[in-house]
Amino acid sequence: MLDYLQRLGRQGMDVAAGFGRAGILFWQALWGWPDLRAGPGLLLRQLYFVGVYSLIIIAVSGVLIGMVLALQGYTVLVRFGAEAALGQFVSLTLLREMGPVVAALLFVGRAGSAVTAEIGLMKATDQLAAMEMIGVDPLKRVIRPRLWAGIISMPILAQVFNMVAIWGAVAVGVSWLGVDAGSFWSNMQNTVEFREDVLNGAIKAVVFGIVVTWIAVFQGYDAVPTSEGISTATTRTVVYSSLAVLAMDFLLTAVMFGVK
Amino acid sequence: MYSRKIEVVVGAFILLGMVALAFLAIQVSGLSVKSAARDTYQVTAKFNNVGGLTPRAKVSIAGVTVGQVTAIHLDPLSVRAEVVMAIDNDVDYLTSDSIAAIKTAGVLGEQYVSIAVGGAPEVLEDGSTITDTQSALVLEDLVGKILTSMGGDK
Repeated sequence: MLDYLQRLGRQGMDVAAGFGRAGILFWQALWGWPDLRAGPGLLLRQLYFVGVYSLIIIAVSGVLIGMVLALQGYTVLVRFGAEAALGQFVSLTLLREMGPVVAALLFVGRAGSAVTAEIGLMKATDQLAAMEMIGVDPLKRVIRPRLWAGIISMPILAQVFNMVAIWGAVAVGVSWLGVDAGSFWSNMQNTVEFREDVLNGAIKAVVFGIVVTWIAVFQGYDAVPTSEGISTATTRTVVYSSLAVLAMDFLLTAVMFGVK
Repeated sequence: MYSRKIEVVVGAFILLGMVALAFLAIQVSGLSVKSAARDTYQVTAKFNNVGGLTPRAKVSIAGVTVGQVTAIHLDPLSVRAEVVMAIDNDVDYLTSDSIAAIKTAGVLGEQYVSIAVGGAPEVLEDGSTITDTQSALVLEDLVGKILTSMGGDK
């Protein structure tokens, strides 16, 4: 019994310490003087790896999700003779929820896991320790560019996802199912509001970007430096980030679109 | 040059994000500089029941949109709903005996305010009130009336 209590307390302390390490890492990596010797090249290269490489999976999934939404929405709306509201249905679903959330989940799988594995391997092969030895701060050199790249890329990817998905919806709804293009667009424009829908969706994407890259970077930096430890860390990144994205999404939705 | 290529691609990526945001703003949410800066004047109307009317609903004359509802609140003196509307400045021929009615676009459509212009010589100024109003048609009330009248026949 006492043993059990001891273990429970130990685990609680471990969790608290983990959060503490993550918080300190985030704070130290995000702020402070930029590494002038390295220049902006570090951030650019990370933007390239984290953002540009994720573009294809985001764009393809966007088209497919837009097409599915249009098809599903059409089959329901046509029963009420309200298929003209398809544009409104698709765009509000995408801008408010689907766009940021699905883009973030794809981003976790595509970029988050890669960042964790990369940093974990750097740690396992003592590259981070070597950097410290020659007087380069790995927080600045390795962590900060990846963190910022994730925070910058995520909203861009989410907006691209939304745009492409709406095109996919147009392709299915207007070109294939024959919803009138004029009423599709005008219905959309009448109901979607820039501040309420587009900007709130973008804010969500920024928050998801912070959460996802933070978790990915921390798991890599905190990984047990063995091959098994890296694989555990990568798995944890995907699981924790996905759960965090969905939980944050509910919170943000309640704050942004909740009953006033 | 390797880093030059990265610079160009990352720049294109960021520009793509901006294009996407612009597309969402202009094409999807219908944001335009013209409609935001449109000059309007305010007219108030009191209704017994606004039904499902919400702010940003359309105000139209003969089906043509001439403004939108900016606020709806309860007037504590008369205990009626006060609907504040912003009407385009170029529509300066609303007479003081105009009738404002809340109507529904289609069966499932949104509710909007329809204004019928009368024949009085005075026109509505900024801040004036439309006295003649017609409340929203509440379906439950209508069904209730039909049911009671059917009951009366027996």
